[in-house]
Amino acid sequence: MRKMEFAEAIESALKHAMTNDPDIFLMGEDVHTLRINLLAQFGKERVISTSISESAFLGAGVTAAMAGLRPIIEIMLIDFIGVAIDALLNHASKILTFSGGKWNVPLVVRTSCGGGYGDGGQHEQSLWGWLAHIPGLHVVVPSNPSDAGQLLLSAIESDHPVIYLEHKLLADYWLDYMGTGGRENVSFDVPEKGAIGEVPEKWESLPIGKANILREGDDITLISLGVSVHRCLEAANILSEDEISVEVLDLRWVSPLDKEAIITSVSKTKRVIVVDEDYMRFGLSGEIAAILAEENISPIQFGRVCTEHTIPFNRHLEDNVLPNVNRILALARKFKS
Amino acid sequence: MTLMREKTILELYEAMYTSRYLEKIVTQLWEKGNIYGEMHLGIGEEAIIAGVLSHLIPGDAISTDHRSTPPFVMRGVDIESLLLEFLGHPKGLCSGLGGHMHLFCKELLLTSSGIVGSSGPSAVGFALATKYQKTKNIAVAFFGEGSMNQGMLLESLNLASSLNLPVLFICKDNNWAITTRSNEVTGGVLLDRVRGFGIEAREVDGSDCMAVWQAVETAIPRLRKRNPAPYFIQASCTHNEGHFLGDPLLRFHRSPKKELGAVTGPLTKSVLHYKGGRLDKRISSVSNVLALIAKARAQLSFSNDPIRRLEKTQTHLKDQFAQIKLKVEKKINSISERVLNLVQEEASL
Ligand SMILES: Cc1ncc(C[n+]2csc(CCOP(=O)(O)OP(=O)(O)O)c2C)c(N)n1
Ligand SMILES: [Mg+2]
Repeated sequence: MRKMEFAEAIESALKHAMTNDPDIFLMGEDVHTLRINLLAQFGKERVISTSISESAFLGAGVTAAMAGLRPIIEIMLIDFIGVAIDALLNHASKILTFSGGKWNVPLVVRTSCGGGYGDGGQHEQSLWGWLAHIPGLHVVVPSNPSDAGQLLLSAIESDHPVIYLEHKLLADYWLDYMGTGGRENVSFDVPEKGAIGEVPEKWESLPIGKANILREGDDITLISLGVSVHRCLEAANILSEDEISVEVLDLRWVSPLDKEAIITSVSKTKRVIVVDEDYMRFGLSGEIAAILAEENISPIQFGRVCTEHTIPFNRHLEDNVLPNVNRILALARKFKS
Repeated sequence: MTLMREKTILELYEAMYTSRYLEKIVTQLWEKGNIYGEMHLGIGEEAIIAGVLSHLIPGDAISTDHRSTPPFVMRGVDIESLLLEFLGHPKGLCSGLGGHMHLFCKELLLTSSGIVGSSGPSAVGFALATKYQKTKNIAVAFFGEGSMNQGMLLESLNLASSLNLPVLFICKDNNWAITTRSNEVTGGVLLDRVRGFGIEAREVDGSDCMAVWQAVETAIPRLRKRNPAPYFIQASCTHNEGHFLGDPLLRFHRSPKKELGAVTGPLTKSVLHYKGGRLDKRISSVSNVLALIAKARAQLSFSNDPIRRLEKTQTHLKDQFAQIKLKVEKKINSISERVLNLVQEEASL
């Protein structure tokens, strides 16, 4: 096993994929600097810098994929998808159906997401539930370097559109760029196991839509993804001192959602807390509640620790609006009392 | 050309210097780690903002981009409340909830946004409201040249033109969009593009506040008349701090050993990787990026600085300028001291 940082793993897996498949290319703003190593290896035909024109280059990515290429379109921050959502909402997601199942769109959208570094409400959203709401889109959110590399390969190998979200607290270059800016006197709550870790000697993809049990337990299931799984693991450690045994499920994929893993775990623990950095209402956490209700897994205790408001600029308020360990602990203890 | 009164020149100087000095304080706070996240400054574009705002009257609206501090200061927003906002304080302009990219002031009709191009539709809406309400007011949109390839801004040009709306579009052109040279990703000529929408458009040296003032002086009657028309000004400028504080391209120049060291290892490996594009193409791709880093250095020069420029050309106002400087520094120093004391006191509670 070798050790890599989160972003390093993504780049390493991407290099591997681009070396083996000449149809893969990248396109987006500032990729000549953001992906300079890929530019150095593959040249500017395959690492294409664009103007600030997301609606055009994402829309173009859709048809480039339909023409047989394997585009990876970069949207700098998922918040900026607002200006280009049509390409996903009305095109990438629907063409397979409209064509009677005859024309697929093997597109990857690579984008950064998430908060915790003081950048305010237009730069720190997660939005994965919002995207997964659209039938025909797959959405994946890795939580550690090994998954980051392997899931990127899954996204690239998929014959259908996949949104791949890298959290800015895990990807060191994003945090340096948007958070620290080279300063040594600011620090953020970066989960170490997410930022750096062992990765396979040889990159291989993981199955699409499969969750991962990070910790087994009997009393409560914490269902999460991205940076929040690390908050869950920290909470689980603390709760174990109170003799509360916690299972932590890393969903990896918002869509397709691993229903089976959710049902199996909750059938055992009968208590579940969804810890989701995305917005609470009408999203992933509600979807999980619906699945459990539909499967008649009752009686259970259900709760959620999610983002309920516009993310405030104030760091202290921000830390409380985003899911954190204390909020998880408070709810878990309430369940067991 | 209208002859500019001395009073106007001094007012422009004071506006520019106030914004500049405040942003210097902001820089210190950011460097000390008191301000989180990104911090985009308007240092270098003060002449453009001052030259435009000098012509505005009460009731005019301004939509800014991510460099919102200068327009907010020059339009008269309380400096203390701005500083507190940058620190995320509950007593800040937006209760610490917005931060520097998301400043709003309802009373003065000032908005900002971190979404590139969004000042276009924003100003169109304000202009629509003034026309609807039959006032003489106008709306100003500030944006960078990089935004001129964003669909919603181009759509706004058409909307303003076809609906005859009093929008003053101000394109602040530094030819950079983060690490991209805008001319390398832009087809055609911006002014031709704007004229294609039927909008009168002109260029101006944005480091010369008097030239900007004159240009807007010509535009204003077209905007405020009974049947108004939009107007477009492309004003050149240089951002001394690059894209934002801690700009990675500028860091290469400020501490080359530390920054370049981290990059060159993996980079050499990639160029020499046994599989990939043709070697000559790889090398030229990389040398292009290195040339880009070299070009970034030009931003560090103060040769186009709007404040120095005015000082140089208006030497007969030297004494008045010096007095203004003293006055501004004294005022802002006392505000920033008060703010820092407050923050420190609260931190120790
Ligand atoms: C829709 C959208 N896309 C991308 C970004 C990221 N971004 C922020 S500023 C910027 C460059 C803007 O360039 P320009 O308009 O020339 O303004 P400047 O920063 O040079 O003043 C980019 C790409 C964004 N904020 N919003
Ligand atoms: Mg620019």
